Amino acid sequence: MMHSVADEDEPRLTGRGIRQSMSQLHTWAGLLLGWILYAMFLTGTVSYFKDELSQWMRPELAYQAQVPDQAAVAQRIADEFSRSIPGSSQWSMKLPDARNNSVYAFWRTGPRTPGSRGGFGEGYFDPATGQKVTARDTLGGDFFYRFHFQFHYMPVVWARWLAGAAAMFMLVAIISGVITHKKIFIDFFTFRWGKGQRSWLDAHNALSVFGLPFHFMITYTGLVTLMALYMPWGERVAFQTAAERQQYAAELSAFIAPGRPAGVGAPLASIEDMVRQAQDRWGRDNAGRVTAVNPGDATARVAVTRGDAGRISMSPQSMEFEGPSGRLLRVRESVGAAAETRGVLYGLHLGRFSDIVTRWLYFLVSFMGTAMVGTGLVMWTVKRRQKLPNPDHPHVGFRAVERLNVAGIAGLSIAMAAFLWANRLLPQSLAGRADWEIHVFFIAWALTLAHAFVRRPKAAWVEQLWAAAAMLALLPVLNAATTSRPLWHSLTQGDWVFVAVDLMCGALAVIHATLAIRTARRQPARKAARKPSSSPAAATASRQEGT
Amino acid sequence: MNVMVDWGRVGRLLLRILAALCGGYVLAALASVAALALPISKPQAVLTGMLASFGVYAGAVIWVFAVRTAGRAWAGLLAAAAPLALVAWMVRP
Repeated sequence: MMHSVADEDEPRLTGRGIRQSMSQLHTWAGLLLGWILYAMFLTGTVSYFKDELSQWMRPELAYQAQVPDQAAVAQRIADEFSRSIPGSSQWSMKLPDARNNSVYAFWRTGPRTPGSRGGFGEGYFDPATGQKVTARDTLGGDFFYRFHFQFHYMPVVWARWLAGAAAMFMLVAIISGVITHKKIFIDFFTFRWGKGQRSWLDAHNALSVFGLPFHFMITYTGLVTLMALYMPWGERVAFQTAAERQQYAAELSAFIAPGRPAGVGAPLASIEDMVRQAQDRWGRDNAGRVTAVNPGDATARVAVTRGDAGRISMSPQSMEFEGPSGRLLRVRESVGAAAETRGVLYGLHLGRFSDIVTRWLYFLVSFMGTAMVGTGLVMWTVKRRQKLPNPDHPHVGFRAVERLNVAGIAGLSIAMAAFLWANRLLPQSLAGRADWEIHVFFIAWALTLAHAFVRRPKAAWVEQLWAAAAMLALLPVLNAATTSRPLWHSLTQGDWVFVAVDLMCGALAVIHATLAIRTARRQPARKAARKPSSSPAAATASRQEGT
Repeated sequence: MNVMVDWGRVGRLLLRILAALCGGYVLAALASVAALALPISKPQAVLTGMLASFGVYAGAVIWVFAVRTAGRAWAGLLAAAAPLALVAWMVRP
């Protein structure tokens, strides 16, 4: 690794020099956190359909053909809270909308006393009954979503720093990748099929250049989503008083700080009426979240926030009500310019504003980003294999990268499919069932890593790609066997969430099978590609393209 | 391994990596604090500094690896950091 660093003492032509050092920066920034980036990209891509995946993973909840009246649902759940968690100092519920058929809520389980902030609870509720859902215990699509930026089995803050470091490496890899390519648009229209390293390079270029604005946007906005964690220094210097901090927090979120309860009981006024006012303002299905602080106390406040549809920005918009009287205290619909910019960048990253077409575009371009990272990782080995002193016994670093690629790319597909299999197969009564779905994901992933280290790389690739293809292809079959919502049923019922997940599994299975077949046929092509690369012309060409 | 390790070169590379990872972050942090001097309200200035900081960080990393020597990389970072540090010192409470 060290001997490939540009020699500083050697005089160079400036133009080529910078391109070479950028090429090396691109290679190493891309490789070091490449597997983490790949996993972040793929789980993030899937998360554009997190709500739909969550529906698929809770098959007990009926398909929601029409969004239920949010105002009535909010009242139903609030009544349930006053029964089940009396004395809670705060609760918050996310109302059902076009993409969600359940209500996600979290709450503090007791009054806040000095020295104790009270415990937290969370759960999913059935909009029709107001009761906790009786569906299987699962994290649903939220597992991939959370994994995307905080992984698992590690402290959240460390994990988010790791995700931030990976995003920063990505940003550097994108910029240095662009500088490396002087003929970036010509490269984009060049594709050399079946030429080993050239084909990998062309695929990597095409995937990167086509989605370049998206890749840059998604990386930068990803950093923005957690910027308060990564860059807290301005905030620390600027705000010295609690009032200043509160004013700042109001620019970022619609949450209302719970004041000191008066200790005087007063029931909440009609939540239904409050949500009704929000519906009049923002649209029938476009109330987002209802939050109450000190419910049941004379000091209670209720905030209804605006939903995701109809605008890109995630900056807070809310209506705040006095709890006992139901009187509208204020409407907040604007924040400062920088806060709005942050809201738009945040919104662009999550893509929650998008309609179904935009959402699929997000998914497809993000999928290309995943493939960009994947092809980049594979290219690292393909390129180096030609220069190995003895290709039959590569050095340990090369072998490690080769095998980590198998488990990091093909293995992740298996692990993600295994997670969905576990969702259908784990017994309902299993204690900690939702956690076990996740354990299965990691056990499957660990097995693919072990497999990648005991098998020859090519065999490992082919076997794992076939395994992933089979697991994905059989998911609709498994779904038909274990639920009352098989594909033919969903098709006739117009249950498009189940139709889409089943068909998507089929499409992904085809992609994995295609890759498996191509990899299995690869060997002769790679040998053929090695000979010309030892000719002077090809060697020059490969040098110009960087390391 | 029959590759001769050139320790001088390794050291210079490590200096660059240090400049990129740590120097770049410190520069970005200074920029985010210096943004408080902007003639806008405090919350907006804080957010502006945060939003821009990742661009500063990425730019610093590119600079560190684009220039010809590790010394020049550090010199550039320091030259950019000095005015930012001065502004940051002036906006402190």
